[in-house]
Amino acid sequence: MKFGALKERAENEARVAMTPESARAIQKLGYECFIETGAGLASGISDEAYRSAGATVLASADAVFQAADVIGKVRPPEIDEVSQLSQGKTLISFIYPAQNRELLDAASASGANVVAMDMVPRISRAQKMDALSSMANIAGYRAVIEASNNFGRFFTGQVTAAGKVPPAKVLIVGAGVAGLAAIGTATSLGAITFAFDVRPEVAEQIESMGAQFVYLDFAEQQDGATTGGYAAPSSPEFREKQLQKFRELAPDMDIVITTALIPGRDAPKLWLADMVARMKPGSVVVDLAAERGGNCELTIPDRRIVSDNDVIVIGYTDFPSRMAAQSSILYSNNIRHMLADLTPGKDGKVVHNMDDDVIRGATVTKDGDITYPPPPPKVQAIAVQKPREKVKEPTLEEKKARDAATFKAQTRNQGFLLLIGTALLLLVGVYAPSSFMSHLVVFALSCFVGFQVIWNVSHSLHTPLMAVTNAVSGIVILGALLQIGSAHWLVETLAAFSLLVATINIVGGFFVTRRMLAMFQKS
Amino acid sequence: MTIGIVSAAYISAAVLFILSLGGLSGQESAKRAVWYGIVGMALAVIATIFGPGVGSWFVVTLTIGGGAVLGSYVAGRVQMTEMPQLVAALHSFVGLAAVFIGFNTHIEAWRVGGMDEGMRAALDGFAGIVAHKTPIELGIMKVEVFLGVFIGAVTFTGSIVAFGKLAGRVDGKAKKLPGGHYLNAAAAILSLIMLLMYANGGETWTLIVMTALALFIGYHLIMGIGGADMPVVVSMLNSYSGWAAAAIGFTLGNDLLIVTGALVGSSGAILSYIMCKAMNRSFVSVILGGFGTTTGPTMEIVGEQVAIDAEGVASALNEAESIVIVPGYGMAVAQAQQAVSELTRRLRAEGKDVRFAIHPVAGRLPGHMNVLLAEAKVPYDIVLEMDEINEDFPKTDVVIVIGSNDIVNPAAQDDPNSPIAGMPVLEVWKAKQVFVSKRGQGTGYSGIENSLFFKENTRMFYGDAKVSLEKLVGFW
Repeated sequence: MKFGALKERAENEARVAMTPESARAIQKLGYECFIETGAGLASGISDEAYRSAGATVLASADAVFQAADVIGKVRPPEIDEVSQLSQGKTLISFIYPAQNRELLDAASASGANVVAMDMVPRISRAQKMDALSSMANIAGYRAVIEASNNFGRFFTGQVTAAGKVPPAKVLIVGAGVAGLAAIGTATSLGAITFAFDVRPEVAEQIESMGAQFVYLDFAEQQDGATTGGYAAPSSPEFREKQLQKFRELAPDMDIVITTALIPGRDAPKLWLADMVARMKPGSVVVDLAAERGGNCELTIPDRRIVSDNDVIVIGYTDFPSRMAAQSSILYSNNIRHMLADLTPGKDGKVVHNMDDDVIRGATVTKDGDITYPPPPPKVQAIAVQKPREKVKEPTLEEKKARDAATFKAQTRNQGFLLLIGTALLLLVGVYAPSSFMSHLVVFALSCFVGFQVIWNVSHSLHTPLMAVTNAVSGIVILGALLQIGSAHWLVETLAAFSLLVATINIVGGFFVTRRMLAMFQKS
Repeated sequence: MTIGIVSAAYISAAVLFILSLGGLSGQESAKRAVWYGIVGMALAVIATIFGPGVGSWFVVTLTIGGGAVLGSYVAGRVQMTEMPQLVAALHSFVGLAAVFIGFNTHIEAWRVGGMDEGMRAALDGFAGIVAHKTPIELGIMKVEVFLGVFIGAVTFTGSIVAFGKLAGRVDGKAKKLPGGHYLNAAAAILSLIMLLMYANGGETWTLIVMTALALFIGYHLIMGIGGADMPVVVSMLNSYSGWAAAAIGFTLGNDLLIVTGALVGSSGAILSYIMCKAMNRSFVSVILGGFGTTTGPTMEIVGEQVAIDAEGVASALNEAESIVIVPGYGMAVAQAQQAVSELTRRLRAEGKDVRFAIHPVAGRLPGHMNVLLAEAKVPYDIVLEMDEINEDFPKTDVVIVIGSNDIVNPAAQDDPNSPIAGMPVLEVWKAKQVFVSKRGQGTGYSGIENSLFFKENTRMFYGDAKVSLEKLVGFW
């Protein structure tokens, strides 16, 4: 079959759904690749680069629609694009089906199968095609860069000959993928980073990225596991408490990056006008939720505005596109992984398996039917959080008492064993003749010596130990030697045979031990 | 030689044997230690041959000469991967010799018993020793003979079955006759009855019946134990061969035999203990076969096994600074140790920190992996024990697991309902990245899924270990 990628029509959209690198990988899956001319230019990829990767460059979008069976795009298609699809064709793209009902209707009318990259369920198997996450990661990074660009100072604190520079303080609201990426970027630029999230379980992730978790003391806490790893709307009391906290923090923060989104809803308003008013002049607010109305009250989508007190509020909605070279690489890889899952045989044939959780979840129209919304996936996105029991640290006295108790128990055990052993020996001594007792003494002492010596043998020499004890146990040869002088023919024969096998044992055992030990070499 | 000189030689031999075992505490001192053992053995044998009461020079020379030639031939040719088989086979020899020597004693005692006083007084050598025993001593001797033959016979058939399993000539799976361990128990009880009859009446047939029973116990017991429990089995048989020698020593009144037997017996017992500890199982449960029962449903494993090709592994290794390799029985099966060694050499030449992590029960013999790696010329100072390396995994960039499964299973720590819960394992999943070289998607010896293979930082490098690693070596 044939895979084709279109040039993005939307203004300010620089990404492309296929890169030369992903084209090579897609060809390995058995597809022929097509690309609309100029599709990669905005991401810095020439038509020539595509050609050298084995893709065919077509002159127009129409030609791609004609040629390709599977079509890749970044932004949701326009209605007229969808109408060019037909039965048996597959479109892979961002769709946002909840907001684009008309588009869904048009797509189902065309009879094509449409796979929405934004609907890929959040299960670990599907991470490789989770385009929302890969784009959010870029957005988080870019948000810090934009902030830095608009912020007149260093992020990192410095003590220079000309004077001391304090480090910038950055607050990240919402520690999803974008938030965590922003934390990482801000911390590595040297800022002191704080982060807030309504899901307490992400505290560990926040701290692992190097930020301080802004802790909100509130009884009712959210568990992200029940909502597929996303945040859910919080209660009015909680929200009040949260805003209170933000008001406290606002005067200190130089940069605020908000990334709070709740699936299927408008972005919650978290950074209100009065908080902006409390911030220092020159501070920057970057609102990653601008597309969905923004977390900041002052945000105007796609605009950079300056508030009355000279705080800059950035509401761009095209952060990934602003790093098109990077976004295109990651997005095209997401598409490639999706294609790989759609092509289990690697033979260039699409198998649209609706029993597969990932494919089912992402498919929004199939054979003329609208299949959105999908049923909940069989596998839960994140394992349900188990309440962790804290292991109580024993105090010094408790430790001492425990040690003393174990020591006592050991002493008791040892004493008990010694007592039993002695009693048994005494019992034997009453009946057995002295010749036997003298041998028993030798035996008991040898066992004791054996136990003491063997514990010191290095683990790595256990095989040589076995071989050498094997050779040594050939000592039964002495028994055979003592018996071989017998007058009885059977004794003589059996002894001779024992002599033979015992010798094999001794010689073989020692020989092989020597061979093994010679191999152990130090570097 | 007089009795005095012989005794002196025996004392030296005993001391030399102790030094020989003690010297195995370090790789360098071990090279000297093995010579102590050889000298001790030579001393003991020569003193006995030239001592009082040994005749048949011709037979002695012939059998010892023949045995030496055969022994060195076998030991010189054996592959290091075949070490477990060889050790098992050698154990069976000790067992067999012990059975024969026990029978000899019985025959000798029977022969001496038929003589009159005058003839007895004239006897020398072994017959003389038997002849001069008091009735009580004779009674004790009978018990000793019985024990020696019993342990020897169990060791003999047990070792032969272990040999067959390790060499792949007998199916490695646990197999039991209908009746299972009740059969063994019945045989053991019957043997005990035979012992009582033998000690009281002294009929030859009781000894023979007991020997047959013991041979059966050895066979059936080891048949019922699976391949991966062989480290315990071989150590146990090692221990038995020692106890058999000690029993013979009691019979013959020979202290050197007693000392040596006790040394070997305790050595094997300690090894069995260490192996059981490393599997968090009791000795009895290993011998009775099968894994412990689970107390509830095991944890469900989420995720998928993601495969990777040689190129992917090579690029990860290229970027890694610290690498740990975890070899298992699969490495021995695929004979991949040379390829592993070559890879190690090349990675080390790049300045990377490459180390090996050895679980105590990796392979089919205690210390098996160490010997294989040593054979492939991997320096022993980068081959570490589990306890030495476990806390280093979080700082490790790449872990390569080659043919091991249960010993790297996180379920041992995470899942209290897992059959291997509580077993000490190598915590490889804490490393940044784990590659697992494995033939296919099968489960390990315990038959349980390994959640390591489903972890996000794990990639499966499918294929024969040797071929896979040789492919990797090609990248440098």
